Amino acid sequence: MPVKIEVKQVSKIFGSKGSKVLETLGNQFDKQEVMQRTGHVVGVHDATFSVNTGEIFVIIGLSGSGKSTLIRCLNLLHRPTAGSIEIDGEDICEYSRDQLRDLRRKKIAMVFQNFALLPHKNVIDNVSFGLRVRGESRPDSRQKALKMIEMVGLAGYENEPIQSLSGGMKQRVGLARALANDPEILLMDEAFSALDPIVRRDMQYELLNLQQKLQKTIVFITHDIQEAFKIGDRVAIMKDSKIVQVGTPEEILTSPANEYVERFITGVDKTQVLSVKSIMHLPGCLVQLRDGPKLALQEMRMNGVSSAFVMDQALRFKGIVNLQDTLQAIKDKQPLESILVHEVIEVEPSTTVSDLVPLAQKSPYPIAVTENGRLLGIVTKSAILGSLA
Amino acid sequence: MDGLIKFPESWTLDIATPIDAGIKTISRQFAGFFDGVNAFISFFLNLAQDILFLIPWWVLILVVMAGGYLAIRRIGSAISYGAMVLIIGLFGYWDLMVYTLSIVFVSVVFALVIGLPYGILMAENKKVEHFSLVILDAMQTMPSWVYLIPAVSFFGLGRVPAVFATLIYALPPVVRLTSHAVLHVDKETLEAAKSFGTTKIQSLIQVKLPQAAPTILTGVNQTTMMAVAMVVTSSMIGAKGLGTEVLIAINRLEVGRGFEAGLSIVFIAIVMDRLTQGLAKSLPYNQTRKA
Repeated sequence: MPVKIEVKQVSKIFGSKGSKVLETLGNQFDKQEVMQRTGHVVGVHDATFSVNTGEIFVIIGLSGSGKSTLIRCLNLLHRPTAGSIEIDGEDICEYSRDQLRDLRRKKIAMVFQNFALLPHKNVIDNVSFGLRVRGESRPDSRQKALKMIEMVGLAGYENEPIQSLSGGMKQRVGLARALANDPEILLMDEAFSALDPIVRRDMQYELLNLQQKLQKTIVFITHDIQEAFKIGDRVAIMKDSKIVQVGTPEEILTSPANEYVERFITGVDKTQVLSVKSIMHLPGCLVQLRDGPKLALQEMRMNGVSSAFVMDQALRFKGIVNLQDTLQAIKDKQPLESILVHEVIEVEPSTTVSDLVPLAQKSPYPIAVTENGRLLGIVTKSAILGSLA
Repeated sequence: MDGLIKFPESWTLDIATPIDAGIKTISRQFAGFFDGVNAFISFFLNLAQDILFLIPWWVLILVVMAGGYLAIRRIGSAISYGAMVLIIGLFGYWDLMVYTLSIVFVSVVFALVIGLPYGILMAENKKVEHFSLVILDAMQTMPSWVYLIPAVSFFGLGRVPAVFATLIYALPPVVRLTSHAVLHVDKETLEAAKSFGTTKIQSLIQVKLPQAAPTILTGVNQTTMMAVAMVVTSSMIGAKGLGTEVLIAINRLEVGRGFEAGLSIVFIAIVMDRLTQGLAKSLPYNQTRKA
């Protein structure tokens, strides 16, 4: 996937002598101490990451960690003190005022935590705001706005005043307003944080749903790790103005960069995020179809287990043989094929652990992880239990 | 020893003389200019008077009642405003009321024409704000009579200096409240507008002013009230109106006459206040309505 936004060593220090203060900052600094010493506030320090076209990139951190400052750098609502921000290969910090205005009008739109709707306008006028600002005619922009209102599920509300809407509906208007401009990049600053939990879940679902259709590049800010892992393709964790780790939810869960990240992700329902790939292991007891039952028995004995996984020559997964049947087959001089148990559950490597739990309950055997018929590994019940802990 | 306790008499700072000289020079040097301004203001004063005299008295009362109803939404209040205007007429002050109103109207219109743009400029420009605040403070704490003196020097006696003095006295509230309202528009909506690529003008017209409107209209209301108050004072420099009656009543110690004239001014103030407040309430969006 091509890179859409490339953020290189961006820092933002608030205050009149920001760049001077930045020079004095080492790699380790205490925000509080810098504030007292210089009167400057460190918003973001040395942030580097890239966002790919069409992905949802989540920036997460506690309040005051600099995430809102960072997202505001991406459309230059805050101008970085140092560093560069490239969108489609162009450094937007170098843009002239007109170029910047054009960027904001066409390429990038933002959704705000407290909606930031215009209270004196009704729904449709709010949604068409961005279109009117960039000079589209009233009928044109109304038509586009109506389509957006319908898309976010507010059809019939277009003439309602903003104050009469609930929080969830207001944010739908906010989303429609941002999408009406048909931007390539959508910035969402704690867009769902002000909503109550049930509405928030709906909106998360709605966003993923819309994203299926629209394929925007989305940068999403949140302080809720569950939300981050639920909607993010990749996640950046911020602490004290710095980015601590960037990775897919699974990477972060399986190999947290430091103790802080570890603490941050405790309490996350990992099964929603972890795929079977991360908890599967290669079966110790693996036999090929052409091997006889005697070999299978030996393998089981050596590994101390009571079943063996059977593959054909092309390493395609065939089934399982258990100890009892194998002993019987040796006695009757039968090939392995005749005692193969086929009722083994097969899953794709991308299946999440939470989907695996009900399957595991149904089958007495471990679950086979296969890709195009090839056996990649197995998941035992104890591995599933282990991941739940 | 004495000089350490009592303020030394030999220390003096005389700015009165140069100010007098300055005003005299200005009024002489720019006599033509002031004559022009005089004619300009007189034109509007006559226009306002003519219009007010053209309206039949009962239409004016009906208009006040209708406006009162739109503002307060109560029949009783609307009728009482009409009654107040009627009572002024019954006191025999209809003509004087029209003179007073025309001075108030012209002063307020001029104050708004100057004050609204200036208030916006103040909100948008920190430097202008800093020095303006000092001047506004001075304008508001200076005793209102003081404005009468240069007004007379420039324009002589009569209605025009009254408008001039009233204008200066009534200007600060609308400037202050306009600037305050524009400065305190919700930051996030401004940020949102900016994120959609608004120009400064677009942001001002589409975001700031509509949200600032209720507070700005409070400023308009305050300015109107100040103008009504000042019109009485300015009767001292020969602006004919209800204030003149008060002045005469004081000179002759006629309590009843003074009371009638005073009451008429109170009535005018009440009616103007309610009508201009109603203007603010009639806006589609009003912060005060937010629960």
